[in-house]
Amino acid sequence: MFVNIVILIGLVCAALWTVMTRSLLRSAMGLALTSAILTIAMFRLNSPLAAVFELSVCTGLISVVFISAITLTHPLTQTEVIEHMKARMRRFWYLPFLVISIGIILSFVRIKFNLPLPGAEAETDVRNVLWGLRKTDLLGQVVLLLTGVFGVVILFKESNKK
Amino acid sequence: MNAQALHLFWAFGLSIAMLFVIGFYCLFATYNLIRALIGLEILIKAVTLLIVIAGFITNHTALAQALVITLIVVEVVIIAIAVGVVLGIRANNNSLDVRRLINLRG
Repeated sequence: MFVNIVILIGLVCAALWTVMTRSLLRSAMGLALTSAILTIAMFRLNSPLAAVFELSVCTGLISVVFISAITLTHPLTQTEVIEHMKARMRRFWYLPFLVISIGIILSFVRIKFNLPLPGAEAETDVRNVLWGLRKTDLLGQVVLLLTGVFGVVILFKESNKK
Repeated sequence: MNAQALHLFWAFGLSIAMLFVIGFYCLFATYNLIRALIGLEILIKAVTLLIVIAGFITNHTALAQALVITLIVVEVVIIAIAVGVVLGIRANNNSLDVRRLINLRG
């Protein structure tokens, strides 16, 4: 339990740093760190396959997409950076206090979960669940991936024309 | 639900709530489009953790993993398309600031 709590504190701190940091590049790296810590939590919760997906796709691929997008934008000048930093501080300094106060309030609220839990599942192999029970999900994933590919191709073709 | 499962769910539920607050605050308070996508990502991380902990407590980890894999695929497609749209907006307006998106103003 102690290890889980340390992991969860790390997860919240990483997410907070991701949002609070000024630089977009650091923000993207913070998001990758958040995903990596989430991966550790998923491994500890007996979900290794989902954890591997999270690590490879969210920590790797999405970070690459974000960093590529950031490199395509132009950096601010020194004056703009100072102005931007002040404006950001005015909007974001509440956030850590808000998160901590919500954490404290929720830790005092005790909700009774007397829900009858369903029995343990008969199928414990994720491959059998994915290929047997959730076939429609796979079809949806293929359609979504094709939609994504066509969407990106059309968007970049449009921007190239301009 | 036994005491140990309740404690575990409580600890994870608390951090999931905090992640939701961080993600929503980022979405509402930022003017930068890429940072808004990062806020959306943090919200998706909270949902992922919620599915995994629910699967762990109910002993349905295989089903939870299948759902998480689907969620990750959806997440990647959303982010790829959204980044394409953001770059298109930047090419048109030369800015990522939502306050400068005045092209559609009537």
